[in-house]
Amino acid sequence: MRDVTMRYGSRTVVDSLLLSVKPREKVAIIGPSGSGKTTILRLAMGLERPSEGWIRIDGNYLWHVERNGALLPAGEQQARRARRAVGMVFQQFNLFPHMTAMQNVTEPLVHVLRLSKKDAHDRAADLLTRVGLATHLDHRPAQLSGGQQQRVAIARSLALRPKVMLFDEVTSALDPELVGEVLNVIRDLAHTTSMAMMIVTHEITFASDIADRVIMFDHGHVVEEGTPDVVLRNPQSPRTKQFLKAILER
Amino acid sequence: MRYLAERTLGDYLPLLLQGIPITLELTLASTVVLVAAGFVFGLGRGSRNRLIRWPAGFVVEVLRGSSAIAQLFWAFYVLPYFGVELSPLAAGIAVLGLNGGAYFSEVVRAAFASVPKGQTEAAIALNLSAWFRLRRIILPQALPIMVPPFGNALIDMLKFTALLSLVTIQELAYRADAIRSVLEDAGPVYSLTLLIYFAMALALSALVQWLEVAVNRWAGRSTRTGRKAGPQERSTSGVPRWAFGR
Repeated sequence: MRDVTMRYGSRTVVDSLLLSVKPREKVAIIGPSGSGKTTILRLAMGLERPSEGWIRIDGNYLWHVERNGALLPAGEQQARRARRAVGMVFQQFNLFPHMTAMQNVTEPLVHVLRLSKKDAHDRAADLLTRVGLATHLDHRPAQLSGGQQQRVAIARSLALRPKVMLFDEVTSALDPELVGEVLNVIRDLAHTTSMAMMIVTHEITFASDIADRVIMFDHGHVVEEGTPDVVLRNPQSPRTKQFLKAILER
Repeated sequence: MRYLAERTLGDYLPLLLQGIPITLELTLASTVVLVAAGFVFGLGRGSRNRLIRWPAGFVVEVLRGSSAIAQLFWAFYVLPYFGVELSPLAAGIAVLGLNGGAYFSEVVRAAFASVPKGQTEAAIALNLSAWFRLRRIILPQALPIMVPPFGNALIDMLKFTALLSLVTIQELAYRADAIRSVLEDAGPVYSLTLLIYFAMALALSALVQWLEVAVNRWAGRSTRTGRKAGPQERSTSGVPRWAFGR
């Protein structure tokens, strides 16, 4: 992402952001509500088109094409090509309510990756088992707890084997007792996978466990960034100190 | 042969009953136009593009805001001046269908709007194509909501076809009126006609109930098991439970 700015009307939510995530790197983004952290992920997923700047994922520009060394604006087709490398898990799970857990995972596999029904089924069963839902394959989202739904959503994104996974406050909508099971799945994933991850979260301990780099974001700007040891345990910026204090004293 | 004055409703019964299939065909044809127009206007009004949204809104307001009879006469008597000569049948079906479609467009728009935005976003994030998103993600959640109001629209349409008697189409109401003027007695023929309309409406009602089950099954929602919804259901879908269950 380079010089990415996002405005809604006269409000600038993300201002001239320069952010690059290396392969395998796990980046945690923290910051107060309304600071624009979620917008960063939505921009990276291609759900929003930036007002300015460009985004490149795994060699493909999201909203541009390169011709003779110049960047030209491009449309939805180019965006779809770039989105292939990205997966996203949402705060509200967004499972498809009319499909079973299994179908939620297999339908994109069949439709997007053109897998055979059997291959899709095998891959989905394997992933759902890994997130601890082997016995719930045929349940509808409404029959699952929030934590279970979120784990299906994680499996659904993983199944497409993206190079970057985006997690947008994935535990914020969960009952406190269900937060652990979801964080554990992501923690395991972070330690075993070669995927890059961008994680927006309010779970500070979790962020320090898995992140290679932590970014403190506020009012559309990066306030501070560095290793968890620096940003979370020994912050330099007064704004970060104040934010962490408020969160830890909650 | 008896004198005209001695004739009874029984003599004209076949004539009256032949109006039933005509009325049903008109209802069916107009409803096809209604559904097509409802989707076009409804999706048009929900469009992000102003060049689509505004004209769609204008057409809907014109169709809803003027009387169907006036529109019918206009299509029948005025359109020919513009060189558009429609048969009474075509004009009638078009006017009734477009008119009903204008009302139904609000149902379509509301049903699509009721599917949470997160559903589309999740589908985009999974790189599903626009066509797949519409067909497998959005429609299965929007369509079941449209079926009960569609039942209303269908029965309304059945009754509205009687308007077409005014442009020389010999459907049930037209025949009833003709028989009344021959018999010079409104009571029996109109009573019978009333019952026939009622029976037809009842049949259409049953058809819609069957359709509701069929659509829900297609959409992957079971209507028969009566499963109790968990408290989480509301969080995944903004669509309230009562919109689906029966």
